[in-house]
Amino acid sequence: MVMVLASTVVIAVLPLVFILGTLIVKGAGSLSATFFVASSVPAGQTGGGVGHAIVGTLVIVGMACLMGLPLGIGAGIYTAEYPGTRLATACRFVADVMNGTPSIVIGVFAWAWIVARQGHFSAYAGSVALAILMIPMVMRTTEEMIKLVPHSLREAALALGYPRWRATLTVVLRTALPGIVTGTLLAVARVAGETAPLLFTALGSQYFSLDVSRPMAALPLVVFTYATGPYQEWHRLAWATALVLIIVVLVLSLAARLATRQRYQRN
Amino acid sequence: MTEPDSPAPPRHPPALERKSYGDRIFKGMLTVAAVGLPVLLGFLVFELFAGSREAIARFGFGFVTSSTWDPVAEQFGAWPLIFGTLMSAALALMIAVPLSLGVAIYLTEFAPVRLRQPAAFVIELLAAIPSVVYGLWGIFVLIPVLKDSVFPLLQSVLGFLPFFQGPIYGPSMLSASIILAIMVMPYIMAVSREVLLAVPASQREAALGLGATRWEAVVTTVVPYARSGLIGAVILGLGRALGETMAVTMLIGNRHEIAASLFAPGYTMAAAIANEFSEAVTDIHLSSLAYVALLLFLITVLINAGARLLIWRVSRGTTAGSRVL
Repeated sequence: MVMVLASTVVIAVLPLVFILGTLIVKGAGSLSATFFVASSVPAGQTGGGVGHAIVGTLVIVGMACLMGLPLGIGAGIYTAEYPGTRLATACRFVADVMNGTPSIVIGVFAWAWIVARQGHFSAYAGSVALAILMIPMVMRTTEEMIKLVPHSLREAALALGYPRWRATLTVVLRTALPGIVTGTLLAVARVAGETAPLLFTALGSQYFSLDVSRPMAALPLVVFTYATGPYQEWHRLAWATALVLIIVVLVLSLAARLATRQRYQRN
Repeated sequence: MTEPDSPAPPRHPPALERKSYGDRIFKGMLTVAAVGLPVLLGFLVFELFAGSREAIARFGFGFVTSSTWDPVAEQFGAWPLIFGTLMSAALALMIAVPLSLGVAIYLTEFAPVRLRQPAAFVIELLAAIPSVVYGLWGIFVLIPVLKDSVFPLLQSVLGFLPFFQGPIYGPSMLSASIILAIMVMPYIMAVSREVLLAVPASQREAALGLGATRWEAVVTTVVPYARSGLIGAVILGLGRALGETMAVTMLIGNRHEIAASLFAPGYTMAAAIANEFSEAVTDIHLSSLAYVALLLFLITVLINAGARLLIWRVSRGTTAGSRVL
């Protein structure tokens, strides 16, 4: 019986091996300097790259962080600092609801809120959607990490005459910072790979662009367009783009997990 | 005669008495952020209702039961989408639940200690792979294998069942369910692992002390103790499976029909939104898709609330599940 259980582990790990293996076999050959720099070329031509999508992902995710992190971390500090209040309970409940909301629904929301009102697709509408996805994740980690900080540290700071805000910011938050950074990195890794919320907000684009009020390319959108398109050349590029995307995502989440693990071992 | 001296009011140290402006500003800013979340959710619900108002007014609740989806005639009914969503999620769970519970039990109870962390870590990495990459892999690797060898084999063995009859398509309900199973497995595994770890050691020790083998201890004590938490983990996985979009869109074949055969294409709510939203031209089409989004939102909220309640009952006070999900 135990052998049967052990075999489930093997079956569970196989897909990861297969997926990473295929990505490397089919994608690595197409990676070149031009691939990282060039924008896409019209259908039918060979060559081209995903430079525009790499920049697009950086811009869209960067703006999402600017919007989502202050809100998420702020709400997380609030729920940890004033845990018994009704607002804190409501906040936790809402975060759980939003965490379980399908990302495509968030996309529809961002579309209705921004795109439909303005009448055009825009990169920042995509950023808003990704920010909404990040907020609950960041909030929950911030709260957890602050709760792990020993109470004696806060008391020591208060006993020295620090006002509460200084004690929280300079002592409690600083102690919890590595954990919060980890949670943030995981959230960034997750939203960087999201396609559904960007489909009808950032829309995607073939051209290099830094104008956030216009459609912008992103790596996951490129993978989707190329994978579902009819051309052999597109499929080749889809594999290479997916390889780039997964390297970005896995590096972010590996870094995040290794950072926490070291921290736990030190304590 | 004078009143006896009333006791002096307790004197706080100045630092606690002082209402610092810094504190007020700090609390004010935090409160703004904390209020922002419920406001955002309320706004989300409002926008979904506002967006689907036209479709709700026109089709009412019949939208859920009608099977016509005809943008040209402006007739919309979401039953095939709802059916496809539930069907693909149910099939995915049938595959994923035994596997992920097996892994979780093995990793918490039986595996060599050195193996536990790394194996759990690798499986959690599966959760980090973007949905669109699963879709890409599904289209070009999984579907050819399924279509050429697995599906014909299934048909020859189980062909007497209506689910395995008829022509074999590559993009189909079963292909989508298989990729979905691979995708929700890490979530179910991670949460049920945390639930099992939350079972007190005394429970195991009591069973072992009564002479049970390790396997018997797991079956008779650990799993029953964690039962509601495990069910919660499965329901959280269900929530994920219902809302999963990209990989399903790429693999399910996208046809507004209900077929008995699992080899035939289907459609899900999320996939329909993803495919049609940016191409919809009429207001009523957009509104119907927003209605679908609203229904999907309501279904997932209900399911997640139930799951949280169950998990909370086992791991009271701890936050099992919050970290991963």
